[in-house]
Amino acid sequence: MRFMIVVKASRDSEAGIMPPAEMISAMADYHEELAKAGVLLDGSGLQPSSKGWRIKWSGGKKTITDGPFAETKELIAGYTIIQVKTREEAMEWANRFPNPQIENGEIEVRQMFELEDFEHSEGIDRFREMGIAQDRT
Amino acid sequence: MPTNDRHSRDHPDLYPQPDDSVAKSRATHRAIETVFRMERARIIAALARFTRNVDLAEEFAQDALIAALRSWPEDGVPDKPGGWLITSARRRAIDHFRRTKMAHGKLMLLSIDAEAEAPVGPPDSDADFGDEMLGLMFVSCHPVLSTEARVALTLRLIGGLTTEEIARAYLVTETAMSQRIVRAKRLLSEAGVPFEMPNGSDRAERLTSVLEVLYLVFNEGYSATKGDDWMRPQLCQEAMRLGRMLASLAPNEAEVHGLIALMEIQASRLPARSDAQGRPILLLDQNRTRWDHLLINRGLAALARAQALPQPGPYTLQAAIAACHARARTAEETDWKRIAALYAALGELAPSPVIELNRAMALAIAFGPAAGLELADQLAYEPALRNYHFLPSVRADLLMKLGRVHEALGEFERAAALTQNQRERAMLLERAQSCRDALVRKGSDKGFLT
Repeated sequence: MRFMIVVKASRDSEAGIMPPAEMISAMADYHEELAKAGVLLDGSGLQPSSKGWRIKWSGGKKTITDGPFAETKELIAGYTIIQVKTREEAMEWANRFPNPQIENGEIEVRQMFELEDFEHSEGIDRFREMGIAQDRT
Repeated sequence: MPTNDRHSRDHPDLYPQPDDSVAKSRATHRAIETVFRMERARIIAALARFTRNVDLAEEFAQDALIAALRSWPEDGVPDKPGGWLITSARRRAIDHFRRTKMAHGKLMLLSIDAEAEAPVGPPDSDADFGDEMLGLMFVSCHPVLSTEARVALTLRLIGGLTTEEIARAYLVTETAMSQRIVRAKRLLSEAGVPFEMPNGSDRAERLTSVLEVLYLVFNEGYSATKGDDWMRPQLCQEAMRLGRMLASLAPNEAEVHGLIALMEIQASRLPARSDAQGRPILLLDQNRTRWDHLLINRGLAALARAQALPQPGPYTLQAAIAACHARARTAEETDWKRIAALYAALGELAPSPVIELNRAMALAIAFGPAAGLELADQLAYEPALRNYHFLPSVRADLLMKLGRVHEALGEFERAAALTQNQRERAMLLERAQSCRDALVRKGSDKGFLT
């Protein structure tokens, strides 16, 4: 199963301030550990939201807004994707993640959809077409 | 930097769980067992080097788990759990040798006594870890063992699969698999297989054996021939995980990256390889949007690494062929000329009539059926292909395209008689029938059958 470790943004990361050398090296050590265990699939840091944009749909209308975005806590600053055998293993790896920010860091771990989930939902789609799996409230 | 901040890692606080203390301690145990499973191969690798006996190494690793289950719930999980477990397992080993006073044990005690009395700390540098783990891989895949035994031992010691899981994957009873593993371990110790890292050409040979074992495991999972359905994806995953591990241990070996590239790209097709009823879908008919693009990107990156290193070999070439398919957004965009050239290069490195037959197919698509048939015809008397249904089926297809229907009919029938696969036989017989129909039409056009 695959998990994505999402690193939340901070004021510093949004300001484009590069993390101190020790933090970069702790991050590199951690990702090296993941690689050595053969569980690292992908990972990247994200540039500040000032370089991004948003697209919103509402009432059939689409609006595009350029960054930066104010609500720093809801933004993400990077991600790491790991492939592990159990949920507990993902917890243990997440637990070893170094604090990604200078002060108050936060990470969030989410399980990714897999082939089986995908096929499952496709099956449900087919049932929907037959009118079986609809909500009957 | 503070390193002994044990309480921040205190599992009962860390993992959300109910108040009930029994459930709580059960969750703690599960968390400890998870840490152990993650560190197990490393502990065994360190202890195998230490004791020169994989059986003992496994036993002492297990002892370390028991010690952890006893002390971690109260003291918290140590900052470096792997180092803690290895130190604990080493103490067990030393106790064991002191007790048994084996000649070898005595000898060992002389050399390790000083170290054993040293205060407990993380015993291993990263370099040691790499050497020990790679050493364990080399030992598990040692040529003194049968291929079956190499596979079983690798999955058990490094993969950390249970004997039951390996037995399920290879369709044997748990007892039989357990015996296979016990015998393999005994054979290693009887043969006095050294735990030092091999050098020079010996190292290259041993590395080839490790790669072969990983690819066998991968293929067992990938091919739909036998084994438990539930275990198959696990085997692919495990082979890939061990391959990625190996790449970080031996980063300068082209073929390690080549094999990873091959496995990643092949695995990227898993979501598209069968239809809703589980029937196989051929590569050229697959819905390419269902391919796993994360794995394709990883595969292409690994291939680039392999090609940048000296001596890319057969795995790298096979990966390059797989990459030609992975890069093509539609089947029509496939670069068949390049594939034909890569098969030629592969055939030079590892001559095989099966590779030649694949090259014939690539040539036929790239340059027309006549070019493919010319090569396929040369293979007609290859003893290795005498009972291989693929040869007559390829020839039949090309003959049909060239309008040589009568010859095609014979080849379709021959291929149908040779294949073991029912579905394939039905398909081949269908095509033979369409040849007959075409012949009848042709005959009636000329008035022969009136």
